[in-house]
Amino acid sequence: MAAIEGSVVRYVADLARIALTDEEVERFTKQLSVVLDAVGKLREVDTAAIPPTASVLPLDNVMREDEVRPGLPLEDAMRNAPARDGDLFRVQTVIEERPGG
Amino acid sequence: MAEPPGTIADAAALLRSKQASAVELARSAIDRARADRFNAWLTVSEEHALAQARIADERLARGDAPLLCGIPWACKDIIGTKDVETTAGSRILDGYIPPYSATVVERLDREGAVMIGKTNLDEFAMGSSNENSAFGPVRNPWDDTRVPGGSSGGSAVSVATGEVLFALGTDTGGSIRQPAALTGVAGMKPTYGRVSRYGVVAFASSLDQVGPFARTVEDVAVICQALFGRDPSDATTMPLPAEDLRRDLERGVRGMRLGVPKEYFIEGIEPGVERAVRAAIAELERQGASIREVSLPSTDHALGVYYIIQPAEASANLARYDGVRYGLRVEGSDLFDTYKRTRGTGFGAEVKRRMILGTYALSTGYYDAYYVKAQKVRTLIKAEFERVFEQIDALLTPTSPTVAFGIGAKVDDPLAMYLNDVCTLPVNIAGLPGISIPCGLSDGLPVGLQVIASYWREATMFRVAAAYERATDHHRRRPPAGPKAA
Repeated sequence: MAAIEGSVVRYVADLARIALTDEEVERFTKQLSVVLDAVGKLREVDTAAIPPTASVLPLDNVMREDEVRPGLPLEDAMRNAPARDGDLFRVQTVIEERPGG
Repeated sequence: MAEPPGTIADAAALLRSKQASAVELARSAIDRARADRFNAWLTVSEEHALAQARIADERLARGDAPLLCGIPWACKDIIGTKDVETTAGSRILDGYIPPYSATVVERLDREGAVMIGKTNLDEFAMGSSNENSAFGPVRNPWDDTRVPGGSSGGSAVSVATGEVLFALGTDTGGSIRQPAALTGVAGMKPTYGRVSRYGVVAFASSLDQVGPFARTVEDVAVICQALFGRDPSDATTMPLPAEDLRRDLERGVRGMRLGVPKEYFIEGIEPGVERAVRAAIAELERQGASIREVSLPSTDHALGVYYIIQPAEASANLARYDGVRYGLRVEGSDLFDTYKRTRGTGFGAEVKRRMILGTYALSTGYYDAYYVKAQKVRTLIKAEFERVFEQIDALLTPTSPTVAFGIGAKVDDPLAMYLNDVCTLPVNIAGLPGISIPCGLSDGLPVGLQVIASYWREATMFRVAAAYERATDHHRRRPPAGPKAA
């Protein structure tokens, strides 16, 4: 009576950009089925006329003056970078250069 | 200074009578933190602490220092501290040095409080036992084969052992109150919107609040006085007029209406926990409070609401850990693979489970059935509390249905672990303030009484908690391994 299948766990983990081992997929599928069974009890509650609550805070738009203020100094922002290239964060190529392009 | 002081008030008196200096208090706290046997600390920042203590001593000598000046404290390692490593208990942030401090840290800096270091926690505050830390579990000083609760377990232990006089934690579903209960100290979650979250590693943004651990209700109120208030850097802090949070501490409970929600004395509550909490309720009745049984019928659904909304918000918040700008990076065959390997390696099991659960609840086809449904039931839970608070001044409940359990007892059963928080997480869902204070022992282990008040009524909550504390000695009890009571 698993509420979810291993293939769903694999698919969702992919959406969440998390690599899982086969052992993890098996374990999480069992554990998450139990949790989803428990949270699925919410279906019993009649909420047809109930609006959702995203935040309990009685505030809507919070506005402030649009003032120019200094940001984080560049070096402070860069100092935890795993890899950098001057003032840039270095990552793998995302868009391949086309031959002759 | 033979015995280290037990409360902020005692320490402040020592500092003012020149029986101790801030540097001496800091050195003593650093020594005890270094000697800690419970894995409560991730970083002891000696140089930083001594520099702060020297400045505090200068300020004390001038004679106009605030109450927290020179007081040693511990900071949960999910709260950003400029130039002091902040890990959130995760390998994915190992080595991360924040370029700025959280607003709560700046506010304590401004008071002259002396930060001794950073405390252990469940990874990204996801847990109720502190076993999910990438840096090993924290142990309970009352019995070191048991958990201290979580996720702010290190902060709770640092106060329970007397290593520091107070600590900060964060509470998303009980992460301050539950470890406070399991280690025998006071721990408090403010009304949502009272305290800035700026600079705190985000977990579930509509639920998270920062709050204190301390030995007494008065100390908790003193710390809240420094923490509360709007922060221009956090748009979810509420603009409110300043108030004296200690104004009602001595008033007593005569004539107050206190509610006992029957749904909180659930199946599975340990008899010793129920006995201690019922005795605490009887004590408040003896002092002249009128005790009424009340009903919060949707309590049973709070766990379901919480385990949809919280992982959903967390899955969005933790998307930022991609190995590009800070923290761990594990290179893969392309950028997509790098993201997956970085997160697969950097996150622990519980974080992965919640990322998958949250992503699932937010994904196409399930968004309405899970996420929106949970938000609607959240409305019902909040409305039930509001209705009850039209007739009573505060609610009295157990903080946790059990005392501290054995390390390893629940690690493979997430649902059993989640049930630890059934009495605390409805308070986060509704955004209310709650405090846990010690109300006795069961089998030699601490039990917590939770006092819940209406929105922005922390002073009322402190009034009830202080009245109970004055009549009892439970807050003076120390773990067998810890220092003697002050």
